Amino acid sequence: MSTSLKKIISQHSLLLKTPTGIIGLDEITDGGLPKGRPTLICGEAGCGKTLMSLEFLIRGAIEFNEPGVFMAFEEKASELTMNVASLGFDLDKLQAKKKIKLDYVHIDRSEIEETGEYNLEGLFIRLGYAIDSIKAKRVVLDTLENLFSGLNNQAILRAELRRLFQWLKEKDVTAIITGEKGDGPSLTRQGLEEYVSDCVILLDHRVINQISTRRLRVIKYRGSVHGTNEYPFLIDEEGISVLPITSLKLEKEVSSKRISSGIPSLDSMLDGCGFFKGSSILVSGTAGTGKTSIAAYFANETCKRGEKCIYFAFEESPKQIIRNMRSIDVDLQKHVDKGLLKFHASRPTLHGLEMHLVAIYKIIKKFKPDVVVLDPITNLITVGSVSEVKAMLIRLIDFLQEEQITVMFTALTLNNIVNEQTDEGVSSLVDAWILVRDIEFNGERNRGMYIMKSRGMKHSNQVREFIITDKGLDLVEVYLGPEGVLTGSAREAQKLQEKAGSMLRDFAVSRKDRELIRKRKVLEAKISNLQMEFESAEEELNKMHQQEELIKQMTSSTREEITNIRRGEHNKEKGGKNG
Amino acid sequence: MVKEKETKAYELRLYIAGKTAKSTTALINLKKYCEEHLKGQYKIEVIDLLVQPQLAEGDQIFAIPTLVRKVPEPIRKIIGDLSNEEKVLVGLNIRPALSNL
Repeated sequence: MSTSLKKIISQHSLLLKTPTGIIGLDEITDGGLPKGRPTLICGEAGCGKTLMSLEFLIRGAIEFNEPGVFMAFEEKASELTMNVASLGFDLDKLQAKKKIKLDYVHIDRSEIEETGEYNLEGLFIRLGYAIDSIKAKRVVLDTLENLFSGLNNQAILRAELRRLFQWLKEKDVTAIITGEKGDGPSLTRQGLEEYVSDCVILLDHRVINQISTRRLRVIKYRGSVHGTNEYPFLIDEEGISVLPITSLKLEKEVSSKRISSGIPSLDSMLDGCGFFKGSSILVSGTAGTGKTSIAAYFANETCKRGEKCIYFAFEESPKQIIRNMRSIDVDLQKHVDKGLLKFHASRPTLHGLEMHLVAIYKIIKKFKPDVVVLDPITNLITVGSVSEVKAMLIRLIDFLQEEQITVMFTALTLNNIVNEQTDEGVSSLVDAWILVRDIEFNGERNRGMYIMKSRGMKHSNQVREFIITDKGLDLVEVYLGPEGVLTGSAREAQKLQEKAGSMLRDFAVSRKDRELIRKRKVLEAKISNLQMEFESAEEELNKMHQQEELIKQMTSSTREEITNIRRGEHNKEKGGKNG
Repeated sequence: MVKEKETKAYELRLYIAGKTAKSTTALINLKKYCEEHLKGQYKIEVIDLLVQPQLAEGDQIFAIPTLVRKVPEPIRKIIGDLSNEEKVLVGLNIRPALSNL
């Protein structure tokens, strides 16, 4: 929990704590169980009391070097060893190393007779001897209530129990006492909670809709702050892990680093850079709109950058996804082989929501991915109500953001109403929301994509047509024409139409040009004709001029001659002629 | 009654923790019953767990005082200060239960 709280505790040394080492439990109890005091773990049969207490001892011995004594009233040492062997703990080895001591107290009513006064000093001595022999710091008394079924004298028992808890405190051991839940309102059958008043943890195993969930609640923790909610916990091959609801404060680090979605045209819609690192992205859409393809592209792009990605599949098996994605030219197998991509497929009905969350949490903690894909979150609805799914996703997003992991959810919307802003109610939580939807038009179904929101960046407000081909995914601009938004073949048809139109226009233009040339030629011909006419007219005129000139000359010469003749001068000359 | 003729047919062990009043009462009671009913056939071993705590586990001792009948088999245990003679005798199988009489 918060470091400030820890500081306060260490400053005043209010209450020393013994870390349990159980994942999550130390967070809830803010450091562990009260040191040197007994803690009661109660619950119904089969809810994990023995395992939790045993893990407390084993982890103490291994991780914190605190030896522990396990006093069993129910199961024999060999049975216990076998039980925890399945969790990978070797009790025999720990016993040989004097880290853990198992002591089985056998109480059989049939071979015991009670006469007169007695006390449980024998038990104290045994326990004391066991504690001293390995210098134990931790003690577990597994189902102390078995004493009640073995012995008759309740008055003695109760007095002795009170003494036992006091004695345990004096021994300064951190003890866990387990007790089974009875039918009545009390937490344990024999009312052990009245003796153990420092810390009480209740385990619960509930089945809702045929799905069981284990839960843990710290009922009481004297002198310490603790989480009061019910926390789900999981028992798997690594023991118990409790899931604390992550801090509900909004004090996360943020990154302004951008990461590509894998689809260049989508990146360009997102300010040209893609998503923010550590953000959460929701891809929602109706069935068959390509949500998984988008998610696979994103995963592929992540692995291409050499980053790690976990793909949580709730619908398809990993092999199915890999095969299907090959059809759009995405080879996920090679990333799997390289260890960059990890698939985790599970049916939602495998276990409850909380268990899914714990499982996801654990895998993420282990694999440390950069990107997480959940496909699809809508399937989780089958194991919980909308509000439960939302609560789970809030916690998941919270956790991922704290770890700076980018997450992409896909969600199936069942209706086409865009205004329906309630995709599992997470739409308000996510940073970016991409909507893929069907556009039914002109007898065919096409995919349209747009960005509903994308916090902190300028993003395109346009609807793009989302095309899936064997070459991959692409976004093309839809045709926005006088006939409205066109997609698919309508868009292609419109394009063709435009092409034909322009060809026609081109043709028309060239025809007009030719006509012009022809007209020009005609006119030019006319011009030359006129010029010719003009030339001939000019010639005519010139001819007339010359004739007149000639006539003028002739007449003038003739007149001279006449004059000469009259003078007779010319007669001599001319007489012969005339003569 | 063949067994009773054998010496030390009864091996009894009394677990105590220090010389407390209960322990002393138990020992006195035990000796008294044995002398009365099993004269010469018994052996009593007193184990003080404060001295030998490691022995508590072997005989599954948790209450003090505890009387364990090691022989004859099966092992029987009687806890308490053995103040009820009838119960002790029945418990040790020295005297059959009253219903058999």
